[in-house]
Amino acid sequence: MNPQTATTLLELRDLRTVFHTARGALTAVNGVNLSLHEGEVLGLVGESGSGKSVTLRSILRLVRPPGKVSGTVLWRGTNLLELPESRLRKVRGGEISMIFQEPMTALNPVLNIGEQITETLQEHTNLSSQDRNARATELLELVGIPSPKERLKDFPHQFSGGMRQRAMIAIALASNPKLLLADEPTTALDVTIQDQILKLLLRLKDTLGMGVILVTHDLGVVAQTCDRVAVMYAGRIVEVAPASELFAQPRHAYTLGLLNSVPGAQSTRRPLIPIPGAPPNLANLPPGCPFSPRCPYVTNACKLEQPALQAISSTRLSACIHFDRLEPVNAQPPPEVQP
Amino acid sequence: MNRWSYIIMRVLQVIPTFFVVMALVFFMVRLLPGDPTSAILGERATEAMIARGNKELGLDKPLIVQFGVFVGHFFQGDLGDSINLKVPVFRLILERMPVTLFLTLYASVLAVLLAVPLSFVAALRRDTGIDSAIRGMFQIGLSMPVFYIGLQLLTILGARWRLFPIGGYGETFFEHLWYLFLPALTLGFNLAAILMRNLRAAILEVLQSEYVDFARAKGLRSSLILGKHVLRNAVISTVTLFGLNIGGLIGGAVITESVFAIPGVGRLMVDSIFGRDYPVIQGLTLTFAVLVSLTFILTDIVHAQLDPRVEVT
Ligand SMILES: Nc1ncnc2c1ncn2[C@@H]1O[C@H](COP(=O)(O)OP(=O)(O)O)[C@@H](O)[C@H]1O
Ligand SMILES: [Mg+2]
Repeated sequence: MNPQTATTLLELRDLRTVFHTARGALTAVNGVNLSLHEGEVLGLVGESGSGKSVTLRSILRLVRPPGKVSGTVLWRGTNLLELPESRLRKVRGGEISMIFQEPMTALNPVLNIGEQITETLQEHTNLSSQDRNARATELLELVGIPSPKERLKDFPHQFSGGMRQRAMIAIALASNPKLLLADEPTTALDVTIQDQILKLLLRLKDTLGMGVILVTHDLGVVAQTCDRVAVMYAGRIVEVAPASELFAQPRHAYTLGLLNSVPGAQSTRRPLIPIPGAPPNLANLPPGCPFSPRCPYVTNACKLEQPALQAISSTRLSACIHFDRLEPVNAQPPPEVQP
Repeated sequence: MNRWSYIIMRVLQVIPTFFVVMALVFFMVRLLPGDPTSAILGERATEAMIARGNKELGLDKPLIVQFGVFVGHFFQGDLGDSINLKVPVFRLILERMPVTLFLTLYASVLAVLLAVPLSFVAALRRDTGIDSAIRGMFQIGLSMPVFYIGLQLLTILGARWRLFPIGGYGETFFEHLWYLFLPALTLGFNLAAILMRNLRAAILEVLQSEYVDFARAKGLRSSLILGKHVLRNAVISTVTLFGLNIGGLIGGAVITESVFAIPGVGRLMVDSIFGRDYPVIQGLTLTFAVLVSLTFILTDIVHAQLDPRVEVT
C-alpha cells in the first residue's frame, strides 16, 4: 500500500508524556510524531524502557497520574486528548482496542471470560443478552479456542497462557475496532504459541480490515508481520521506514545497533554485537542526540542539538545526522570503537 | 470434591471443637468464686442451708459425675433448667436469641453500609482531607471500647436530643429497626472501622492492577469498573476478616445489650454470670460456639463463591 494515497487513520503530533515524580519530571514520550493508515500494520520497536507502552497508553489516555499527556492524538479527525470522557469511552474498545502484554494480569481474575467479553459488547452494541452470548461464543471460536461455548464460563486461571492471550484478543475484537493497539502480544508466550498468535492477528487484520500498531522488541516478529516500522529510543521516534527497507539498510545508528545485536532478524548467521552502554536516564537526558553517548558514529555535531526526525527519501524518516554514513547490517562496526 | 460434601465435612469438623468447648465451659464456670446456692440464699445463709440447697441442685456430687449428667442430658436435647429463673435453659435461649441475632445482623449491615462507600471515597480521594477525616473517625472507632461509644450515643442522641429511644426493643419489625438503631450503630462501629481499614487498602491495591486499565481500555463506565471489577476483587479479603470478627461482635452484643437495656441473650449472660447460674452460662456459651462456627463456615463458602481461584478441598 502506498502511504501517500492511503487514508490516515491515526496521527500523533508532538505527543509528550511526562511523569512528575518526587525525583523530578521523567519524559517517557518525548514529542512523538507518527501516522498510521487504514489497514496498515505499524511496528513500534525499541529497547525496554524506550516508551513504547506509554505511547500506546497515551493514545487512549490510559496513563495514570502523575503522568501527563500533551500534544495531539488525531483519530479520524478528532483529537482524543481533548475529547470528553463520555465520548472517549465510545472510542475505547469500540473504535480502538488495546491488548496488553501480560494477559494473566490484564484479565480480571474473578470474572469469567464470557462476562469479560459480553460487558464490552454491552457497552458498545445494542445486542440483546442472548445475542451477546452468541457473539462471545463466535469470538472465542474466531480466535481458535476449542469448545468455545463451554469455555465462556471458565475463569482466566483455567486457561493456558496462549489461550488467555487469545481470549484477550477476542475481547479486543468484540466490537469490530478500526485500530488495534497490541502491546507485545506474544512476549509472554513460548515460541510456537507466539507464531500462532501472530498469524492469528494478521489473519484477523485482513478479514476485519483493521489498522494495527504492534509493539515489540522482537525484530523477528517485525520482519514477519509489519508493513512499516517506527524505531523508538528514549521516548523519541528516531527512524521510520517500510519494514523491508529498514532491514535492508538502517538509516539510524541506533537501528543499526539494534539489528546487529539480535539474532533471527535476517536469514544469514552473523556474530551478535551488543550496543555498548545503557539507555539514558529519561529524567536527565543528554543534550543533542539521546543515542550519542552510545553511538559509534558520534561526532561533535551530534552533541550540540537534538536532530529532528526528517524525510531522507520518499518513504523514510531518520533523526540521524550520519544516516548516509552507516555501514550495512552485516558489517563490523566502524574502526574507532574496535578494541 | 463438590460443594455439598465440602460443607458437610466442615460441619462435621465442628463437632470435636464443640465437645472441647463443652468441657471447658463446664469446668471454667465452676472456677468462678462463689456458687449458685450462696448467690440465691444471700449473705445470711448458714452452712446447713447451703448444703441442702447444693444437694437439691445436684451440686454436692463430684465434678466428674456432674459433668457426666450434663453430657447425658445434652444428648437428650436437655440443657438443664435455669437455677434462678426455674425454666428450661433451652426455652430461655430460644426466647432471647432472636433479639440478639437481630441486633448483631443489624450491626453487621450498618457496618457494611458504612464501610463500603466510605472505603471507596477514602481510596479514591487518597491523601486528601476527606481521606484523613474518614480514617481519623474510624481510628477513633478502633481505639474506643464499645460501651464507651454506646454511652456517648445514648447520652447525646438518646437522652439529650431525644432522637432515639434509650432502651427496649419494640414490637414490630420497624420498631425493632428504630429501637435498635443506636445499639446496632454502637456495635457495628468497631466492625466498620476494621472493615474500612482493610477495604480501603484493598481498593487502593486493586486500583493499581492492570485489569482495571484493561477495563478502562474496553470503554467501560467508571461506575461499572468500581462496582464490578474493583469491588469484586477488593471484598475477597474483607469477607474473611468480616467472618473472623463475628465472634467479637457477639462479645460486643453482651455489653451493648447491658448498656441499652435490651432483653437479648447478652443481658441474660451477664445476669447469669452474676447469679452463678451454671446451666444458663453453659447453654449460652455452647450456642455462641455453634453460631461462631457456622459463621466461619458461611464465610468460607462466600469466600469461595467470590474467588474462583479458591479450590474447595
Ligand atoms: N507510571 C509510571 N510512573 C513513572 N514512570 C513510568 C510510569 N510508567 C512508565 N514509566 C517510565 O516510562 C519509561 C517508558 O516505559 P515503557 O513505555 O513502559 O517502556 P517500554 O514499553 O518501551 O519498555 C520507563 O522509563 C518507565 O520507567
Ligand atoms: Mg512495554
